[in-house]
Amino acid sequence: MSQERRIGDVILKVDNVSLAFGGVKALTNITFDVCEGEVRSIIGPNGAGKSSMLNCINGFYKPTEGIITFKGESHSQMETHQAASQGIARTFQNIALFKGMTTLDNVMTGRNLKMRKNFLWQSLYYGPAMREELEHREAAERVIDFLEIESIRKTVVGRLPYGLQKRVELARALAAEPDMLLLDEPMAGMNYEEKEDMCRYILDVNDEFGTTIVLIEHDMSVVMDISDRVVVLDYGQKIADGDPDEVRANQRVIDAYLGVQHD
Amino acid sequence: MTGGIVANETANTFPKLLERNAHIRGKRVAIREKDFGIWQSWNWSEVAKEVRSLACGLQVIGVNRGDKVMVCGDNRPDLYWSLTAVQALGGVPVPVYQDSVADEMQYIYEHAEATFAIVENQEQVDKVLGIKDKIPSLKGIVYTDTRGLRHYNHPSLYDFAVVQEEGRKYDAANPNFYKEKISSGAGEDICIMLYTSGTTGRPKGVMLSFDNMIITSANCSELEGLSDQDDILAYLPMAWIGDNIFSFAQSYVSGYCVNCPESSETVLEDLREVGPSYFFAPPRIFENILTTAMIRIEDSAAIKRKMFHFFMNVAKRVGLDVLDSKPVSLGDRLLYWLGDILVYAPLKNVLGLSKIQLAYTGGVAIGPDIFIFYRSLGINLKQIYASTEAAVFITIQRDGEVRPETSGKPALGVELKIAEDGEVMFRSPGVFQAYFKNAEATHSTKTDDGWVHTGDAGFIDGDDDLRIIDRSNDVGKINNGAMFAPNFIENKLKFFPHIREAVTFGDGRDNVAAFINIDQESVANWAERRNLAFSGYTDLAGQDLVYDLIQECVESVNKDLAGDENLKSSQIKRFLILHKELDADDGELTRTRKVRRSVVVERYGELIEALYSGKTSCEVEAEVTFEDGRKDNIRANLKIREAIINGGTQAIAADTAYGGK
Repeated sequence: MSQERRIGDVILKVDNVSLAFGGVKALTNITFDVCEGEVRSIIGPNGAGKSSMLNCINGFYKPTEGIITFKGESHSQMETHQAASQGIARTFQNIALFKGMTTLDNVMTGRNLKMRKNFLWQSLYYGPAMREELEHREAAERVIDFLEIESIRKTVVGRLPYGLQKRVELARALAAEPDMLLLDEPMAGMNYEEKEDMCRYILDVNDEFGTTIVLIEHDMSVVMDISDRVVVLDYGQKIADGDPDEVRANQRVIDAYLGVQHD
Repeated sequence: MTGGIVANETANTFPKLLERNAHIRGKRVAIREKDFGIWQSWNWSEVAKEVRSLACGLQVIGVNRGDKVMVCGDNRPDLYWSLTAVQALGGVPVPVYQDSVADEMQYIYEHAEATFAIVENQEQVDKVLGIKDKIPSLKGIVYTDTRGLRHYNHPSLYDFAVVQEEGRKYDAANPNFYKEKISSGAGEDICIMLYTSGTTGRPKGVMLSFDNMIITSANCSELEGLSDQDDILAYLPMAWIGDNIFSFAQSYVSGYCVNCPESSETVLEDLREVGPSYFFAPPRIFENILTTAMIRIEDSAAIKRKMFHFFMNVAKRVGLDVLDSKPVSLGDRLLYWLGDILVYAPLKNVLGLSKIQLAYTGGVAIGPDIFIFYRSLGINLKQIYASTEAAVFITIQRDGEVRPETSGKPALGVELKIAEDGEVMFRSPGVFQAYFKNAEATHSTKTDDGWVHTGDAGFIDGDDDLRIIDRSNDVGKINNGAMFAPNFIENKLKFFPHIREAVTFGDGRDNVAAFINIDQESVANWAERRNLAFSGYTDLAGQDLVYDLIQECVESVNKDLAGDENLKSSQIKRFLILHKELDADDGELTRTRKVRRSVVVERYGELIEALYSGKTSCEVEAEVTFEDGRKDNIRANLKIREAIINGGTQAIAADTAYGGK
């Protein structure tokens, strides 16, 4: 009935990555790794480069220097759709759902890369395309069941409260059956109860599907509770890396968050 | 006795009834559950197989005759099967409210001497594990949903599917075991124990026998002509006697199909999809459905709104007579027919009530306007007077004799009498055996010759229908000597969609005062239409305009009360709007949402004193309990308002009409 949570080999390696927008250095020589099955957090004060780091991992930004290795394949330049088809899914800091579509349709878009029938088959609908759609619908329903959003299945997403929209976004990412899930501030702007729920879902996803999770979060108590390891960025530089207790005790982290006294 | 049915030897327990159903209607659908967006179904033979393997599996893990097995979770087929499986082994299932907090749960587990628990999911497992150390009798916990439980390696935890698998192996090795077990069950065995919500004191375990449940169910099915063609939605808590009769016992007796919703949030949608033919809901739910519909009508286009109101007036005028097959003029018949096409049928369809043959409501009084609204649409909604101690049915309104203010005539097999002090008493085949481990309470509730004290005051009117006045414990006297019946006044207040709950005081006082809980959905919608900004419940409840709104409601109740010679002293002098909703988690309501007066009095004593002093406001701090047991404080400054009291006896009907506000 029981086995310990399995944390496997390195699935993602970020090697000496730098990113500059003109003269602004968003990231400077960042190196860290993520192991299969772990919950890895990236934290840091505002403007530390957390989202930039995530955008590099899923190919939205191209690092100016350095190499990112995912499942043994190295890239310095990668397109977002390549990242997606390799098994990386993500959610966004500002919700990026199709506001005019229902929850179900949004979740189904998460299956898009897995659809094999072409446009012509799909416009015919009956026959193979329908069978395929039914399979994908089943997968989508599993996610809907898992995240307990049955009651809003047919509700247009734009009408939902913020906390639920976040959950729909997570559902869409999960529908892609990713190996690695990038979550950009999944708990921002939520109340205590919503945060608690979201933590539960993140841990359950990690637990049930063994999905590796890379998480950016502001709320320190959340991060320390659910992460296996934490990377701390400040002004585009890595200042600490380790398990939550180590990071909490690290003087540079304390300084970055609380400020340093200047003589 | 006024007739009724006696169960025979071959069908006097639920496991035996299940075998019978599998035999005579094996291919008919017995139970459905919406899962992964699709209605999954099991026919009677499949249910019989599921129950059989589960019973054998429970035997393997150690459930014995007489064991109390707690069952806790939403309405799920596997939990209903658990009831039968435990009964097959001679055990007693004890359904527990799934939203109970740890304290309540611990009390019931301890009191019932629970040996096993069959629960739905991780949340419930966590709760039971949390109290397990204090319950030495508890030997094992079975869970049906494995999610999140992968890393729990407690030795006494069992996966439902694994238990069934073990059961199938055991059954293959001992093919006669199950048959012998169920044939040893008898009608007088205890088949279920239900803890009453208890508006006063600790919950009591009501023990009911197979005969109680089966004969009562059969009598109702006989009276109302229920058959295996019917469908019902199982959405009320399993720990409540009503669900046990409607979604379990009557289904086994009549063979109809029970539909389990996808989740508690999707009930209204699932109701629409299922379109049940038999339906029970407490007045609260009928009020909610109506409020939601009215809000949407008010937001709709003018032409639709006008059409709706026009035809609703037609329905109000002639709908009841049409339903009761009384003579109606041809012109009105035509109008009603047109209204049915344009308004009533589409509305019923949206509400999921198109196929209703029989709908019951009960528990507390339903507002006459709400009651008439549904009946005038052609829905056969009837009131029942029910009690856990009676296995639900005491009185049922008869077709064609439905009046809003009565509770109907005694159900088949029920005898009714009014004691000298006005208390309603009954005797029936459904009368409970005893309270578990509480001989004293049993003795004070049930007389030696089987009559049960209901604790409600009432009388039998000229048409032989029962009318309930109030809980006799609650009825008191105002200082001028007039009778004070708090429930009666509170129900009048609650008929307004803006008022969710009300508590009135007056016993031993000079006049009546009230606490009001606003209905958030309704008042928020009202506020939005007036561009009234608010930040949350507490803020909304404290707004002056909301006070004005509630004051109108209170004064309209006062006018109504002034028209009655006995009740004119009960007009509400001062009231306040509470800053938080009364909540079962805080112990202010029972799990079936009835007010616990003593708790409210104790907790808000200051506010009550303020109502009876000259103060115009009062500072209050209240503790709220979250679902996981954490506590927090809410602080607020509540205003107190004075309402107009009517002196004369002018009879002005309260404007409680739907749409009127």
